[in-house]
Amino acid sequence: MRPTRAAATVAIVLSATCAGGCSGSDQGQLRVSAAASLRPAFDDYAANAFPDDQIQQSFAGSDQLAAQIVQGARPDVFASANTQYPEELYARGLLEKPVVFARNRLVLAVPADSGIRSVADVAEPGVSVVIGNPSVPIGAYTHKILARLPASEGSAILANVRSQEPDVSSIVGKLTQGAADAAFVYVTDVRATAGSVRAIPLPDSLQPEVAYGIGVLSHAPDPELARRYVQGLEPGGSGVRYLRQAGFLPPG
Amino acid sequence: MRRRAFAIASFLALALLLVFLVLPIVAIFTHTSPGELIDALGDHSARQALRLSFETAAIAMGVIVVVGTPASYLLATRDFGGRAAVLTLIELPLIVPPAVAGLALLATFGPNGILGSFVSDTGIELVFQTAGVVVALTFVASPYYVRQAVAAFSAVPTSMLEASEQLGARPGRTLLSVAVPTARPGLLAGFSLALGRALGEFGATLMFAGSFPGTTQTAPLAIFAEFNTDFTGALALAAILIALAGALLLSVKLVAGREALGFSP
Repeated sequence: MRPTRAAATVAIVLSATCAGGCSGSDQGQLRVSAAASLRPAFDDYAANAFPDDQIQQSFAGSDQLAAQIVQGARPDVFASANTQYPEELYARGLLEKPVVFARNRLVLAVPADSGIRSVADVAEPGVSVVIGNPSVPIGAYTHKILARLPASEGSAILANVRSQEPDVSSIVGKLTQGAADAAFVYVTDVRATAGSVRAIPLPDSLQPEVAYGIGVLSHAPDPELARRYVQGLEPGGSGVRYLRQAGFLPPG
Repeated sequence: MRRRAFAIASFLALALLLVFLVLPIVAIFTHTSPGELIDALGDHSARQALRLSFETAAIAMGVIVVVGTPASYLLATRDFGGRAAVLTLIELPLIVPPAVAGLALLATFGPNGILGSFVSDTGIELVFQTAGVVVALTFVASPYYVRQAVAAFSAVPTSMLEASEQLGARPGRTLLSVAVPTARPGLLAGFSLALGRALGEFGATLMFAGSFPGTTQTAPLAIFAEFNTDFTGALALAAILIALAGALLLSVKLVAGREALGFSP
C-alpha cells in the first residue's frame, strides 16, 4: 500500500507546482533578459503596458545574458546595451533579426558631495575609479572614451581603476556606498539614483556610439507576445515614453 | 515489508543526492580536455587569480585559527550568561547571503561605514585592496570553523582538562597540549569546511573588495568575468580550482580520519 500512497503524494505535489507555473492560455508569459541599465524603463513598461501578462524580467550585464543564451538559456526577448551581442546571437540563429530601439550617453558619475568637477580631476593620483569589465558594454564604451582622451590623461585614469565590475548596477553601487570616487556610467543610471550620484557630462567628441539592440529569441514559445513587447519599444510604441522618462534617446 | 520499503526509499534518496551533487562537478571535467586544462594553467591571468585565491584564503584561515581557536575553547568550556546568544550571533554569517555580507562589510568598514573613519585613520585600506578580500573571506568562513571547534572542544572530557590544570599546567598550555590534540579531528573538519567556503567566496568579495586582476580578482571572480567571453577558459579555471580545493580538503580529511582511527603521529 505504501508505494501507492507515495506515488499519490508525488502526483499531488506535481499538480500543485503546475497550478503555480503552468497556467492556461488566457494569460501570456514572457521572459525578458535585458541589460542592467534598462531596468527602470523596462520595469515601468512591463507593469503598465502588460498588466495582464506574466512578464519575468532579469537584468544583468549584456555579455552575461548573451553568454547564458549561447549556453542554452532560453528567454523570449533579449535586449542588450550594444548591437554586437544581438547581432552575434542572430548570426548563430538564436535570435530573430534584432532592431535598434534606443540610444544612450555616457557620463562621468561621482557621489553627490564629491569635489570632482571634470575628467581631468579623475586623472589625479589617488582617485579611485570603477569601470565595467571589458566584455560588458559599459566597460567597452569606457575604454573607447579613455582612448579618445589625451594619452597621458587616459593612462592616468586607467592607473586609477580599482575595480572592473560585471554590470552598471554594480558600478553605481560602488559609488553610492562611497567606495569609489568616480565611475563611467550611462546618463540613465545617474537619473535612477535619484540624487545620490551626480553626473558630469562628457563632450560629444568623447561619446562612443551607444545603441541598444533588442530581438525575439528564435522558437520563443509565445512569439506573438514577444514581438508585441519588442514593437512597443520601437518608435511610436506604447513603451517609448518609459524609455524617455528614464532618459534614453530615440534610435534614429 | 515496511522496513524493506524504507530501506529502498532511503537508498534511492542517497543515490539521487549523490548524482545531483556530483554530476555538475563531473560535467566540468567532461567539458574540458586535459590539454585545455594545461593550457589554462599556462594562462597568466588564470595563474594570477588562483595564486590570489590561495594566498588570501591562507591568510584568512590563519586569522580564523588564531582567533577562533581560543574563542571556541572559551565557548565550549565556560558556561556564562548569554552564551547561547553569543553562539547564535557567531553563526549569523552562515545564513546571510554573500551579497548581503558584502553590503554589511561596506556599511561597517567602507568609507561611509560606521568604522570607516577609524579604518582610514589607521592608514589601512580595505575596499578595492587584497586586505579587503581577506576580510570578506574571514567574515564568511570563520563560523564554519568556530561551530565545529566549539563542538569538538565540548566533546573533550572535562576530567582531562581538570587533570592537566591540577598537574600545574597553565590554561594556555592545557588548551595547546591537551584540548587541541584531543579535539584535532573536529578542528580539522571545521578547518576544511571553512577553507572550502573561503576558496569559493564570490559575492561578498565582489561587493566589498571589487574585482581587479592581481589585486582582488580571486579565482571565482575570474571565472565569472571569463564566463561571458571564454566559456572554455572559465571551465578550465573552474576545473583547476575544484581539483586543487578537492586535493586540499581530501588531505585534511585523511589526516583527520587517520587520527580518529588512532594513527596519530
